Formats: sequence, structure tokens, C-alpha cells
Amino acid sequence: MLYSSVISERFRHPRFFGDLDGADAVFEDVNPLCGDRVRIQLKLANGGIADARFKGDSCAICMASADLLAEMARGRAVDEALALGPDDLLTRLGATIRPSRITCVTLPLQVLKGALAAVGAAR
Amino acid sequence: MTPADRCRGDFPILERKINGKPLVYLDSAASSQKPRQVIDAVRRYYETTHANVHRSIHTLGEEATALLEASRDKVREFIGAAEREEVIFTRGTTEAINLVAQAIGRTIKPGDEVVVTEMEHHSNLIPWQMLCRDRGAVLKAVPVIGDGVLDLEAFSRLLSSRTRVVAVAHVSNVLGTINPVGEIVKRSRAAGALVLVDGAQAVPHMPVNVQRLGADFYAFSGHKMLGPTGVGVLYGRRAVLERLEPAWGGGEMIKEVWIDHAQWNDLPWRFEPGTPPIAPIVGLGAAVEYLSEVGMEAVGAHEQALCRLTLELLAKNDDVIIYGPRNPEIKGAVVAFNVRGLHPHDVAHLLDQEGIAVRAGHHCAMPLMRRLGVVGTVRASFSVHTIPGEIEFLTKALSNLNLML
Repeated sequence: MLYSSVISERFRHPRFFGDLDGADAVFEDVNPLCGDRVRIQLKLANGGIADARFKGDSCAICMASADLLAEMARGRAVDEALALGPDDLLTRLGATIRPSRITCVTLPLQVLKGALAAVGAAR
Repeated sequence: MTPADRCRGDFPILERKINGKPLVYLDSAASSQKPRQVIDAVRRYYETTHANVHRSIHTLGEEATALLEASRDKVREFIGAAEREEVIFTRGTTEAINLVAQAIGRTIKPGDEVVVTEMEHHSNLIPWQMLCRDRGAVLKAVPVIGDGVLDLEAFSRLLSSRTRVVAVAHVSNVLGTINPVGEIVKRSRAAGALVLVDGAQAVPHMPVNVQRLGADFYAFSGHKMLGPTGVGVLYGRRAVLERLEPAWGGGEMIKEVWIDHAQWNDLPWRFEPGTPPIAPIVGLGAAVEYLSEVGMEAVGAHEQALCRLTLELLAKNDDVIIYGPRNPEIKGAVVAFNVRGLHPHDVAHLLDQEGIAVRAGHHCAMPLMRRLGVVGTVRASFSVHTIPGEIEFLTKALSNLNLML
């Protein structure tokens, strides 16, 4: 096992990969180190995130991180979602990530924040 | 005897273990490892000789100056330049290209045109982008066609009386393509344009003669050719250098200075402001000596054989997609590929577990990645110390990858 069972599993069978019809917020960003791209789509309701999907051309770590983040963001108040940080993801990913790959974990976080900012949901 | 047979023992780093496995270093195109001869030259310089160059009236200063200028002579001979004044030391290829872009930039007018290619490393693209933006000039790019060669017909159509500069890689750092620089120079000159060749991936791997190529400028880096980091070379044709204003000002590049004006120094120092990277230049001299002793014809033949073997073995793996020309005769010492279903960074990470160092990502060539329709690629690249057994080890590791992730 290269990274962790969670990463392998989510890379091979992501649960929240795809498009969200009628999304309220869409944001996309690139990791300048590797050119990886992640796009997150959100449905917002009652000050919270009702649903989330991601798409992207990215490595296993980034893919697993985005999938976990979509899962963790769903059902959360916007404030709570904004408070999610790298440690929350690292704990769930269950892998030691080398410094050179840490941006693979954090890119989806950056994109989520961008999506919320784009619709003015972020303060 | 291949170069590797005689060279392998010269590279102390090859004794290292990575993740408990012997290091298989296939990332020389990013930066080469250093033979003991280069490491010793730098150490000896610092231990016995170091002082500032050109202005010190003491023994150490004179010795350091002599060493630095001796490196210039070695480089001149190595690349076949006509005169030592045509060899300018920079901090690397990137700085060399920026130097030219800024010096020529002063003469560029709105509507002038610069031609690059779709396969350029960012270091031979961004300086020209910036120049065109600043001066209102137009940037055009020669398309990449087929399995990764330049569209020379399109190139001819891009040339016009407005073309001032053509900037092209001698060898692509991703595709490995050896571009027909002689032909490009001929056509550019007919259009009245200057030609800058990025030779970072050529000089370390094949015989290069700048006079035969005919380019006006030729840039390369020390650290990719067994030398230290922090030093590069800009070759410039004297006739062209003489009519250019210096790119940057400072000490060393002047002859006489008043408060409101100055007289520029002679070539090559006019383009070398500030204290140069003396120790890296001394190390580069040792690297040039080392490569000359092995012989660049032999280095080229050795690496072409490795390239051929890599292409052959990778082609046997149905999961591997190869980028760039399949003909090793027109290919430098790099092979780029992807493994179906796996991201290049994951492949590189997996190979690292086996002690294999490869490059993965966009290789500072994002427009080319877009052209290839990929986020990035894996790239294996070779040097004098690379042996066929390492290529076999790489291809074997690749066939087991899917089980590891």
C-alpha cells in the first residue's frame, strides 16, 4: 500500500465525483506545482451546504482529499465548512503525506473556499 | 566499454540507498549528479584559492581570476565558439535567456514579432511574453505536430520582415525531440531575425558546435551537465553582442564611471555585472574537462542506446503511453510517458519506493502539456553513468505499479 487504504479506496471509487445539476457555486483552481485541476460544485440551502460534487484531473492523494472534503462539507453550515483545515483531512486520509505532496491535500480546501467566496457565502 | 563503465565509480551519490534500495537516478534532465572531479575542483577552490576576481591585487585574487577565465576558455572550446569574448557566464539558462530578452528588448518596437515554439520550456517562453507585453510586440508559436516535431512549413509562414527574434529549444525537455536548428537558423536569418537556441538539454548530451549551428545566441546550464548549480552560459555572436546595450548594470561591466554616465566594459564582462558565481564557474570548467575526456560523441551514442532500449521496453507494456518521437536518432536523452489510470505524480511516488528517481508533472512546459492533452507526464532521463540494467529495473517496476496503489 503506497499511501493508505482510505486513499486507495477513494481514488478507485470516489463517492462524490461528478457534476451537480443546478449548482449554486462552482469554483476551479490549479496546483501550480503539478498542474492538477480540481473543480467543486455546491448546492447551498439555509446557510449550509446541501450537496457537493467534485471533478478533476489529479493524483490519488488529491482525488481522495477532494472526495473526503465533499463528503465532510455536505450538511455543514458554511461557517463550519470554512473552518475545515488540512488536519481534518489528514486525519481521515490516514496517511503520512510528504511535504512535497501536501498541496495535493490542500488544493480541494482552497477550491471549496473559493466556491463559497464566489457566491458571497464566505465572510 | 560504454561511458557508464568508466564513469559510474566517479559519482559518489550512486552509493546512496533510497528506501533501502540502490539509487536509480533517472532525472538528469532536471539536474545531473556530480562526479568526484567536479566536487573536488569546487572544494579545492574554496580550500586553497577563493577571493574575488578581476580587481584583487593579491595572489589569491589573481589565482581565482585565472581559474575563472580558464573555465571560459574550456567552455569556448567545448561549444566551438570562435572567441572567448563570446562566452558570457550567467546564473543559468533562464538568466541567459532573460539577459538576451532584456538587451534586445530595448530595440523592439510595437508591431515587431517574436517567434517561439509550442514545445518551449517556460524559461524560453515567459521572458519573450514579458518582452512582447512591455514593448507592444506580437508573440507567435510554431505548432508541434505528429509525434512531437515542429511544423516547419508553419514556421516559414510565421516568419516575416517583422520577425525580430526566433527562440527555440535545441532539444525538447519533454519530447526529447532534437529540433533542426541549422535549418531554423537559415530561414530566420533570411527573414532578418536573430535566433536564440535553448541548449539546456543538448549540451550535456551530444556534441554541440555553435558556429556550425549558426545561432546568434545559445544558452545552457552548468548543473545539467555534471557541473554545480548557479552557473550558466550565454554564447553570443560577437557581431551581435557588440551592438547590444548591457541588460543589467553594476560593478565589473564598466570601464569608467561618472555620476551621470559610464562607459561600458569590453566583451564579455559588459554582460557580467556583479561578482560572478566563481566556484560554480570553476566547477563547470571541471565538468567540461570531464565530459571532453569521456568524449561527447561517446556520450551521445551511449545515451541514444539507452533511449532506444527505454522505448523498446516501454512499448511492450500496454498500459504505458509514450510521448515524443519513437525514433531515437532524432531524440535526446529523455523519454516521457504515462501509465494508464495513474497520475504521473503517483507513478513517481511509487517508483521512489523502489529507489528510482524520475520527474513527473508539467516539466515547466504547460502549453505543450495542453497540446498533448495531459496534466503532466512521467519523464526518465539519462546521463553518462546510466546503465541498461537501470532501464530494465524501471520498466519492471512499472509493470507492477497497479498492485501497489
